[in-house]
Amino acid sequence: MNQDIITSTLSGALRAGTPLLFATLGEILAERAGVLNLGLEGMMLMGAFTGFSVSYITGNLWLAVAAATLVGGLMASLHAFMSITLRVNQVVSGLALVFLGEGLSGFWGHGFVGMQAESFSSIKIPFLGDIPYVGQIVFDRDILVYMGYIAVPVIWWFLYKTTAGMNLRAVGESPEAADARGINVVLTRYIYTVIGGFFSGLAGAYISLAYTPMWVQNMTAGRGWIAVALVIFAIWDPVLALIGAYAFGGISVLQFSFQIIQVPIPVNIMNMFPYLFTIFVMLFASSNKMKKRFGAPSALGVPYSREEKT
Amino acid sequence: MNETVLELTKIVKRFPGLTANDNVDFDLKRGEVHALLGENGAGKSTLMNIAYGIYKADSGDVKVNGQKVEISSPRKAIEYGIGMIQQHFSLVPSFSVTQNVALGLKELGIVPNLPKVRNKIIELSKKYKISVDPDAKIWQISAGEQQRVEIIKLLYVRSQIMILDEPTAILTPQETEGLFETIREMTKNAASVIFISHKLKEVIEISDRITVLRHGKVVGSVKTSETNENELAKMMVGREVIMKIEKKPSKASGEILKVDNLHVMNDKGLKAIKGVSFDVKGGEVLGIAGVEGNGQRELSEALYGMRDYKGTVTVDGTKMKSGNVMDRIKHHVAYVPQDRKADALCGGLSIYQNLFIKAFSSPSMKFNPYFFVPERLRVPSLRLMKDYSISASSVDLEVKFLSGGNMQKVVLAREIGNSSPKLIIAVHPTRGLDVGAEEFVYNVLLEQKAKGAAILLIAGDLFEIFNLSDRVAVLYEGQIIGYSQPDESHLEEIGLMMAGVKNENPL
Repeated sequence: MNQDIITSTLSGALRAGTPLLFATLGEILAERAGVLNLGLEGMMLMGAFTGFSVSYITGNLWLAVAAATLVGGLMASLHAFMSITLRVNQVVSGLALVFLGEGLSGFWGHGFVGMQAESFSSIKIPFLGDIPYVGQIVFDRDILVYMGYIAVPVIWWFLYKTTAGMNLRAVGESPEAADARGINVVLTRYIYTVIGGFFSGLAGAYISLAYTPMWVQNMTAGRGWIAVALVIFAIWDPVLALIGAYAFGGISVLQFSFQIIQVPIPVNIMNMFPYLFTIFVMLFASSNKMKKRFGAPSALGVPYSREEKT
Repeated sequence: MNETVLELTKIVKRFPGLTANDNVDFDLKRGEVHALLGENGAGKSTLMNIAYGIYKADSGDVKVNGQKVEISSPRKAIEYGIGMIQQHFSLVPSFSVTQNVALGLKELGIVPNLPKVRNKIIELSKKYKISVDPDAKIWQISAGEQQRVEIIKLLYVRSQIMILDEPTAILTPQETEGLFETIREMTKNAASVIFISHKLKEVIEISDRITVLRHGKVVGSVKTSETNENELAKMMVGREVIMKIEKKPSKASGEILKVDNLHVMNDKGLKAIKGVSFDVKGGEVLGIAGVEGNGQRELSEALYGMRDYKGTVTVDGTKMKSGNVMDRIKHHVAYVPQDRKADALCGGLSIYQNLFIKAFSSPSMKFNPYFFVPERLRVPSLRLMKDYSISASSVDLEVKFLSGGNMQKVVLAREIGNSSPKLIIAVHPTRGLDVGAEEFVYNVLLEQKAKGAAILLIAGDLFEIFNLSDRVAVLYEGQIIGYSQPDESHLEEIGLMMAGVKNENPL
């Protein structure tokens, strides 16, 4: 009985953590390039809506995922245009994206509430899936969870071992230095902001096509904001992002397990756990001192202009 | 030797409100060091930023090796063999030396072969006798070493034309000597160097030819062997310059500033000042020399109460409270900070408001806290503007529209002209100023000294310290490593102390 609860909690943590992981990884790429995109929540909502509606209309899951990813990237390119080309305050532009995503997905999604669409189901990996406990938790999940596993080492390798990753980090740390070495700062920032959007769209699609396969208005329920906090928690590192995302996933499913074993904490309080932890992480990590010590990209949130005389 | 490798003709570059380059011609021959001399704001850096593709010229031609080219970006410039070391280094602080050298190289492929880059760095550093540690992170190494990394970067891509923008500003005298040797080594290998500076002595020592810019125009181009300091200074400023300030011996009276066992943290929470003790007497100027980043900023901010500290600071017998600026204002301490735009002035406020911003809290003037009568300030402002020859159309002009020199005059007028300070803390008081404004600042400070004020002068330029101070203390890694005499004969000794070598025979 207790073992069942533990396995279901852990597998739930992986499932709940996957959208957080995607969004966090994407935001890490954007922020490493120096662009702060607070619009994750909006991009995820649009991803969730697009994914669900395309799946409902066409019945093709992969088309749905691709569409959701693209829509996330499209919204991010809007942010990129405003913050990189027009050099609008990145916080303001990101917030605008949140409202845009909430509004559009709520408006267009009205007719889809309560509908049923194709969704992802678990695929058990041969051999690995048969390992007692671990197999059931880790290797009997849907394919998007597996994509999350793969994305982490790939992005880690990309960031730290490839030339493009080195250029990306240089652009976020010191755009002047990158520019002086012939790296196109503007283009780099555009690319990774849009890629960040792809990931957010994918994260949204996961929620509406795998985690809770349906469409409800504002169904991301603040996960975009948790991902923003996770980026800081992870110190802009993909491996720590994995740990953070699954830990937060765990916290958010803990309430169900707690209810089953009847922990005497009111449900409403337990519902607040992920958000309380988010606030805690932000308090801890977002003071300037901490940022300096833990190595946030130095040029994060700072527009770059070559000819600006200071 | 006579082959022209770079030729700029009739370059024009305008920024809003000023013409930075006005029909400038410049050429560079193979194997020579051509110095570009001029005051701050003369347009030297702008011209070279055009040659390096950072700025785009409004009109004019650029020729490399006799071919007309369009240098639209630094990447293009690098392709043409042009490399530039900016005043602010183009290095990524969190990267290692090797990574910084590798950054942006074309040969890298998908996964950079960093060990190969590392080996070549070691090879180059042996060949040109430039000492760098390829594995150190940039933020861990000194400014001098960072500059050597920049040079390695240029050598790595076989730049044949190297532009050095004020390369000696952050070096100790010994490091400067080392840089000059490297430059000579490079020109021996057929590279050409453009050396931007406003320091006459250095230009004469290192260059073969000198072009002087003033207000964006070429004043003249001369062979170094056929000119001298006075002639160059005249070309630079446009009039005769008094090269040496007459320094009267100090009539030091009682102790005004006494600092005992001061400990200060920097912004990162690390120890920046580690147990410093000194005193400054009335009518005396104590110069604090040292390479930037050795605690100068933290020291000055702590003394003026802008930063918390441990230890005691006493002004004229009264113990100051840590982190309390008001305390200093009440005890007639004047402060000329390092960054006049950020720390000294409020750019969006008018001149008269900036002039009196401190008076509201000083005991010297009484103000009605409920009624603000601008006229009460405008009239005395006019007097201050005249006394300090601040050139501006009106006292209502916002300070951000002033030139650097006029801004500094506003700071001095406020800090010194309004009251008679007992102690003046001046940090890099002439940084970024032209020779005329520099003279003015020196005179104001020396005048205050004659009136009996104690002056703590923190500066990077040793000649400034020699010109003004009565004693020199050298700050190294947050400690006063030794004292010396403000005289050129002690240059080597001071240079060694700046590099951290302790003086065995204290005065």
